Amino acid sequence: MLSLDKLQSTGKKATRDGFGAGLKAAGDKHDNVIMLTADLRGSMKSEDFITTYPDRFIQMGISEANMMGVAAGLATGGKIPLTTTFANFSTGRVYDQIRQSIAYSDKNVKICASHAGLTLGEDGATHQILEDIGMMRMLPGMTVINPCDYNQTKAAVQAIVEHHGPVYLRFGRPSWPIFIPEGTKFEIGKALHLSEGSDVSIFATGHLVWYAVEAARQLEKEGISVDLINIHTIKPLDAEAVVASAKKTGAVVTCEEHNRYGGLGGAIAETLSAQHPTPQEFIGTDDTFGESGEAEQLLEKYGLGVKDIVAAAKRVVKRKQGSAVVG
Amino acid sequence: MADIQELKRTASQVRRDIIREVYGCQSGHPGGALGNTDLFVALYFEVMKHDPSFNMEAHGEDVFFLSNGHISPVFYSVLARSGYFPVEELKTFRAIDSRLQGHPTTHEGLPGVRIASGSLGQGVSVACGVALQKRMDGDDRTVFVLTGDGEQQEGQIWEAALFAPHNQLENLVLIIDDNGQQIDGPTKEVLQLGSFADKYAAFGWDIMHMDGNNMEETVRVLKEAQAKRNGKPTCIVMKTEMGMGVDFMVGTHHWHGKAPNKEQAENALSQLEETLGDFPMEGI
Repeated sequence: MLSLDKLQSTGKKATRDGFGAGLKAAGDKHDNVIMLTADLRGSMKSEDFITTYPDRFIQMGISEANMMGVAAGLATGGKIPLTTTFANFSTGRVYDQIRQSIAYSDKNVKICASHAGLTLGEDGATHQILEDIGMMRMLPGMTVINPCDYNQTKAAVQAIVEHHGPVYLRFGRPSWPIFIPEGTKFEIGKALHLSEGSDVSIFATGHLVWYAVEAARQLEKEGISVDLINIHTIKPLDAEAVVASAKKTGAVVTCEEHNRYGGLGGAIAETLSAQHPTPQEFIGTDDTFGESGEAEQLLEKYGLGVKDIVAAAKRVVKRKQGSAVVG
Repeated sequence: MADIQELKRTASQVRRDIIREVYGCQSGHPGGALGNTDLFVALYFEVMKHDPSFNMEAHGEDVFFLSNGHISPVFYSVLARSGYFPVEELKTFRAIDSRLQGHPTTHEGLPGVRIASGSLGQGVSVACGVALQKRMDGDDRTVFVLTGDGEQQEGQIWEAALFAPHNQLENLVLIIDDNGQQIDGPTKEVLQLGSFADKYAAFGWDIMHMDGNNMEETVRVLKEAQAKRNGKPTCIVMKTEMGMGVDFMVGTHHWHGKAPNKEQAENALSQLEETLGDFPMEGI
């Protein structure tokens, strides 16, 4: 069982580096793993795979729509294609191609999307997609995964390759703390309990899991006990774990580098409102586009910082107490 | 060697199936389906090596992708008539609980369909992927893909048009149904397409031409394209007449997406010989 004291940063690496490492490992194990990229091989940190298996690497050029179709074709013939480009060009730009040729056609394609969210940084809002989880979550049959650090991303790549069906794997650009212990089991659709607590549930995905860990440490110091859960698989959501935690604490905070609409917060609200209505606070961008800046500056400016999570937790605990008085 | 007369007899039945499919549900796209009937019959009854017991991966088989999925009535008829599923299932076209969706899909598990199509412009990319996969796996069979001419207005097509020659997909045959019509009217009025031959040649494809309503020529050209291995993908510019086989449907976009009424359907059927037996259907 993990706990806050075991979740220490052991260094920093980008989740996209974890993708590259996971791809190489998956490629070693499965000779039908094929990587496609739309002119971003360098950004995907996959040189190890590409140089080891040059015949299993397909350079598409800047043509994402064609990449999705070619991947669907490769999957039809029994390959396991992984498409790679930035998250913005992996989703909104090619939504219809994914919808028809991959999701509706039930093709075993893995859409691997880097540079998601605000932490892409200086390139600015054209590239900082904050709607992708929502779009992909809406597609019937699509599995949606947003790992939180290098180790988890590496494990996730291996898991999605061994899972049959279309998957959206979302990761990011910046160097980020590595804190999930190596060898932690990655199970698609299974929440990862990071720390047991009783006052408030914090459900976090992606880069914000690290912030949630730091927020939980502060909250514990102030006497608020946090049930901290990493939701790496947003779809299918581990509803059992979500409801069990909400029943235990009666107060929920969701944390994601994504619009408050349509992402993890929405998924959890949908589940809880149907099964166990619970006061909830949403950490996410407030229906806005991003802008240029450094990753951590942006997270702070858009209300996704550690202090924002701490404040949200206190707010929701108060709301719970208020409703308890009323109730 | 092809028995052209036999193929023509099959084509007549397929055209009857098309009329009866769209009449039955009072919707669908008869015009393009009738125009492409000879192509489909040539592919499935003469040119392609394929197995109606149906395996999605199709190792060792030629494969066909329909990118302009709206001409599904001809696709379904030819799949049924060549043994992929019971012919009588054609009567369920576009009906509730049917595997024969308005536009073809793998989702309902209909044998013979390997990709969903309907939203235009995606099939050439998919065919490129299968052509690559076959080359990787040492499978020398051929991948055919059909698009409409209006469909060539989609941008994704031109991404694939760059990709195939760059990757020397010599096992890929793109057929463009050059009937000059799209829903809103003649293609030259809606959005001019110019010369497909010049455009695809400039992109690095081998160009072939055929009259897609001449069975003998269609079989000959398809077989040449299928056998050709010279480092280049092939683009066949295929002339057809929308509505071919039914005099009042020929050469107009009017029947692109419209079903005949009872009198029109009976008139159409009177022009088409029943050669393999109609599927059972009430009323007509």
